[in-house]
Amino acid sequence: MARMNMIQALNSAMDVMLARDESTVIIGEDVGYFGGVFRCTDGLQRKHGEHRVLDAPIAEGGIVGSAIGMAVNGLRPIAEIQFADYIYPGYDQIVSEVARLRYRTAGDFYAPLTIRTPCGGGIRGGQTHSQSPEAIFAHVSGLKVVMPSNPFDAKGLLISAIEDDDPVIFFEPKRIYNGPFDGDPDKPAVPWTTHEKGEVPEDYYSLPIGRANIVRGGDDLTIVTYGTMVHVAEAAAERVGADAEIIDIRTMAPLDVGTIVTSVRKTGHCIVVHEATGFSGFGAEIVATVQQECFYHLEAPITRVCGWDTPYPHAFEWEYFPGQKRVAAAIRDVLEAA
Amino acid sequence: MSGKPRLHVPQPPARPGEAPDFSYVEISEAGSVDRPDVNARARDIENLAYDMVRVLDEQHTALGPWHPHLEADELIVALRFMLLTRRFDDRMLRAQRQGKISFYVQCRGEEAVAVAQTLASDPGDMLFPSYRTQGAQIARGRSVVDLMCQCLSNSKDMCKGRQLPTMYHWKRGNIFSVSGNLATQYPQAVGWAMAAAIKGEDDIAQAWIGEGSTAEADFHHALTFAAVYNAPVILNVVNNQWAISTFQGYAGGERRPFSARGLGYGVASIRVDGNDFLAVYAVTKWAADRARQGFGPTLIEQVTYRAAAHSTSDDPARYRPKDEVQQWPLGDPIERLKSHLITEGVWSEEQHAALDAEIIEQIDEGWTEALSYGSMTHGPFLDKSELFEDVFADMPTHLILQREKLRRTREEEI
Repeated sequence: MARMNMIQALNSAMDVMLARDESTVIIGEDVGYFGGVFRCTDGLQRKHGEHRVLDAPIAEGGIVGSAIGMAVNGLRPIAEIQFADYIYPGYDQIVSEVARLRYRTAGDFYAPLTIRTPCGGGIRGGQTHSQSPEAIFAHVSGLKVVMPSNPFDAKGLLISAIEDDDPVIFFEPKRIYNGPFDGDPDKPAVPWTTHEKGEVPEDYYSLPIGRANIVRGGDDLTIVTYGTMVHVAEAAAERVGADAEIIDIRTMAPLDVGTIVTSVRKTGHCIVVHEATGFSGFGAEIVATVQQECFYHLEAPITRVCGWDTPYPHAFEWEYFPGQKRVAAAIRDVLEAA
Repeated sequence: MSGKPRLHVPQPPARPGEAPDFSYVEISEAGSVDRPDVNARARDIENLAYDMVRVLDEQHTALGPWHPHLEADELIVALRFMLLTRRFDDRMLRAQRQGKISFYVQCRGEEAVAVAQTLASDPGDMLFPSYRTQGAQIARGRSVVDLMCQCLSNSKDMCKGRQLPTMYHWKRGNIFSVSGNLATQYPQAVGWAMAAAIKGEDDIAQAWIGEGSTAEADFHHALTFAAVYNAPVILNVVNNQWAISTFQGYAGGERRPFSARGLGYGVASIRVDGNDFLAVYAVTKWAADRARQGFGPTLIEQVTYRAAAHSTSDDPARYRPKDEVQQWPLGDPIERLKSHLITEGVWSEEQHAALDAEIIEQIDEGWTEALSYGSMTHGPFLDKSELFEDVFADMPTHLILQREKLRRTREEEI
């Protein structure tokens, strides 16, 4: 075991896979010689060669499109999109092409492609470096959509994504690259070295895609969340002294419905928390599922805590971000409604 | 004299009721264009993007440095594939008009492009076709019954009923899946070729799009990536003058030939008479050798004419003169190769008529067989639960539940 932050854990996952499987390649802007703007591919080109870790032209549509072609020709490409906010020029290739290739060819052609991309706010990135667009990918049949909340999960899930024979969109909440973030920007930064999930095996291991993780057991209410908001939810529950069961879904598609339903049937209360805008957000899918599967167990309406339905603002970051206070208030309201 | 900016709205030379005018198509004399070595620097052969490589002259004689000197029996095979493609199109058009299939796309007048370019490829080369590249399937020897079954969405449909007619694929024949979203195959072909180079294999990729979709970003992505990584790929632009109702000026063709777009990327670029089988074969072979020997990508513009409607949902009489095809200066590709073979003394009108009759019979028999495997209205049908297969390698729980729900709904009286 080693102490790793999320960047090191992701780097380790790619390093392990580049060494284990010569079909693994990486392509993306600044990922080669420089090692990526967030350093996730640091040293990998030097170690594995310039034919395995490719710097790419600034054309996300070309990165995704060419990576699909590589995957069809037997490679397992990992395409890095430098910020999730930049992914849209590649959206047609993702939605119209790679998501449906297996289906439209009745399984004759498929593309084992992983697309890694840093997402989310809290880094003063403004509207072009802070978005959480997971819902517009989870909506597309044929894609797997993953977002880890800690280094241990990040490495295990990324290895699963690379080994998966279907396309995986792998979102990395960049606010928690260096340490868990509880939603309070005024507190000193905490490194992953102090967190149990910062303990990461150096060798190969994988975690299954499509399996949620119960971060903390509890009886009062269920908080369903993912990414950075896992840590905010934990802090918020502690702040109001609620015995919350916190579920980190880890994978939006396919969704681990069973873990969520079992928990809500037990607690009778449910809050869904995510950073992305609420309207038509992924939380709506969770709420609809919980309503259908747990209606007779619910003791209060299900509540969502999300980013406001505005673009991500630069100067009003902490007003936009669904921080501890908003989550804590929602916990209080749901419990008092009973 | 100063002026004011004025929006230019491109207009084709002729609309319905007007006299066709193809004076804008610049045509070189057959045999007049030099053939460089395959390792020539792209910047030293830029004239090839503006000239037009032609081998067959008006007397149907083959001449000049691009003459590929194929054997007579090879050319007769090529003629057969082109004619088979045309008769297959005829039959599928009729099938659509009879309501047997929902939709069809012909390639009439463009048969030389896909057939010559496929014959100039190696079997291991991966082809990334457009929806008008059916000649590639034919030229790689695919059974017309397989193609018909796809158009019928029947029990033997390779796509299991999931694709519009004509959106074939052929894994074993190394032909990629046709997409209805235009130009997406272009960067995919480049990526495929990059992977071949990464793996140290000498297979190359070849892709086709129409001149209209060169306006898509994917065209530029493909050229950028092909140039940056020197990918072993042939990128073909089939300029058939019309993108549904908009003439080639709407993709920017009024200013430069589409082949000239490659020059800005430093990619070898060739403009060829797309209805001259020998010329198309020769430039493709040149580009394939260039790619395979490590000298990188080539952009080829085939100048041709879409003699039929865009698709069965289209009526070209509404936007172009009906007799335009008769005025097309580069003629018909099948007639030209046939006339060449007759001029060479290796073919005759009688042999051609016999070949045509044989092909029509082959297609009629194929159609009868294909119908025996069902259609969308007559069984045998595909298993409806196939609807949920192949979304993922392993079916996730929510799709298993939905499949069960569909089954129950179908059995339920309500």
